[in-house]
Amino acid sequence: MRLKPKHISLLVLFVLIVMAPLFFPSGFYYRVGALIFINAIAVTGLVILIGYAGQISLGHAGFVGIGAYSCALAPVHLGISPVFAIALGAALSAGLAWIVGRPILKLHGYYLGVATLGLGILISMVLANEAQWTGGPDGIAVPDLGLRGLLRDWGFRVSAGELWYWLAGAVLIAGAWLALNLFDSPTGRALRALHGSDVAARTMGIDVPRHKLHAFVISAVYASVSGSLLALMNRLVTPDVAGFMHSVHLVTMTVLGGVGSVLGAIFGATILTALPQVLTVFHQYEHMVLGLVMILVMIFMPDGLLPSLLKRFRGRAGK
Amino acid sequence: MSDLLQFLFSGLTVGAVYALLALGFTIIFNASDVVNFAQGEFVMLGGMGTVFGIAAGLPVPLAALAAIMGTAFLGVALNKLAIEPARGAPVVSVIIITIGAAIFIQGAASVLFDKQIHRYPGFSGERALHFGGATLLPQSLWVMSGAAMIFVALWVFFTRSLTGKAMLATSNNRLAAALVGINTRYIMTLSFGLSAAIGAFAGVLVTPITMTAYNVGIGLALSGFAAAMLGGLGNPVGALVGGLLLGILEALTAGYISSQYKDAVAFILIILLLFFMPQGLFGSKHAERV
Repeated sequence: MRLKPKHISLLVLFVLIVMAPLFFPSGFYYRVGALIFINAIAVTGLVILIGYAGQISLGHAGFVGIGAYSCALAPVHLGISPVFAIALGAALSAGLAWIVGRPILKLHGYYLGVATLGLGILISMVLANEAQWTGGPDGIAVPDLGLRGLLRDWGFRVSAGELWYWLAGAVLIAGAWLALNLFDSPTGRALRALHGSDVAARTMGIDVPRHKLHAFVISAVYASVSGSLLALMNRLVTPDVAGFMHSVHLVTMTVLGGVGSVLGAIFGATILTALPQVLTVFHQYEHMVLGLVMILVMIFMPDGLLPSLLKRFRGRAGK
Repeated sequence: MSDLLQFLFSGLTVGAVYALLALGFTIIFNASDVVNFAQGEFVMLGGMGTVFGIAAGLPVPLAALAAIMGTAFLGVALNKLAIEPARGAPVVSVIIITIGAAIFIQGAASVLFDKQIHRYPGFSGERALHFGGATLLPQSLWVMSGAAMIFVALWVFFTRSLTGKAMLATSNNRLAAALVGINTRYIMTLSFGLSAAIGAFAGVLVTPITMTAYNVGIGLALSGFAAAMLGGLGNPVGALVGGLLLGILEALTAGYISSQYKDAVAFILIILLLFFMPQGLFGSKHAERV
């Protein structure tokens, strides 16, 4: 039996997630891994928006913020469990994306970039300024998910790092599976067609505004879930998660690894999340290295790291 | 009434800086179709460079000149090293390159200079002037007249000099400009140098009022970009009007509504404008051909 590329991608992802802990020198790496997976979830959503549909967003951290603050506020003020708060955040993000998406997605290029950027900044501004609700710039504590306690009652003892590693890993695999399935679905084909040309897609009978809106809403939900998990893992959330720099980080991860491929983007998320952890020694040069990586990859590997490396590898193997 | 006058004074001062930032965006966008998110870093470098020039014992005018020249050189280097090699790349890649450049410059500034907040005394002293119950710092007059001077000088440059006309021609149609013998690559380099110098000049003028630090660039770039969008990206007159308008609206919002949400004005305005007038207040209408 010959495996489809999407199954190979999922299998590679699964093996990497399961095997990686074998090489962890300390428990700290579970946390880094979980952080990578959580970023990768948001990045997978951006692959659908940027890679499939070709629409840029410089404000997706806004949705990350909505997801994160839902988990901080809903359990306290509405009395629902954090699990439902994740769903609530996703619903809020989807609703907001649906409302603002239609007018925003009429725009192209830089205009779309600045409109989404404005949206993200407005969300982060509300989170930072409405201090009586959100705790302001210092952030706010997030209730416990309660999963660790539940596992302990059943007789499993896991550290917080391990729990979040496996939980975020499982959510990432589910998210990647959905995104890969979407690629070959009628919606995915429509998105890729309108990526190539709005007008050509419309002449083929594709409802362009509706499909763009779908991609926008789906990617907003991915971002929101990523924010929820981040908040629940850290037990603390600050308005920075919704800020412009986080949006830039997410887009950079997406494009760095390879915007068209789920696996590539996850690779990008891995590098950019792990880099600051590795570079703690060079803490003061962190920004310089990050900026330099962004510039160099875009110039020399415009397709992204993973596709460019694969192409080189295949080229050599073919000789 | 004196309140309103006070808000107008501060709005016009900040607005003049936004107008210079927007002008920098406009010049680069016209020459190369690139929106340069590192534009705010030029303003930061103008201010920080002057601070450290003065600290090194240079007289103020010389320190300012050195900061402006150095920043202009950096602008040229940015074009040669990061923008030209990526010619023809998709918009997303170019956005990431210029944001990457902004982050790099910010990181380099924190290493090269420091992470403190700096200022130096105003050029004509610090004693506030009184007009109709409102106060005005002499440095605000420096900022406004400096911005006015730049706009007049550039208007003369674009309409009277051959190089200026070549830049206009390139912004209208690069291919046609190249066909009549204009060196469009030189024009692009020139536009980056000019933009960087204008940004640094704004930084030199405004630092005594707003102070500066290694990380002020991104915020400035976003405001300046908003101002440029407001006026219609690619139009120098739009940059002037958009900058002043944004400055005044921010000051009025801070004064009458909420100082916390003054930064929101730019983005609410942009989103509304993009919905209803996608070309900006002064942008040209483009018919899209397939």
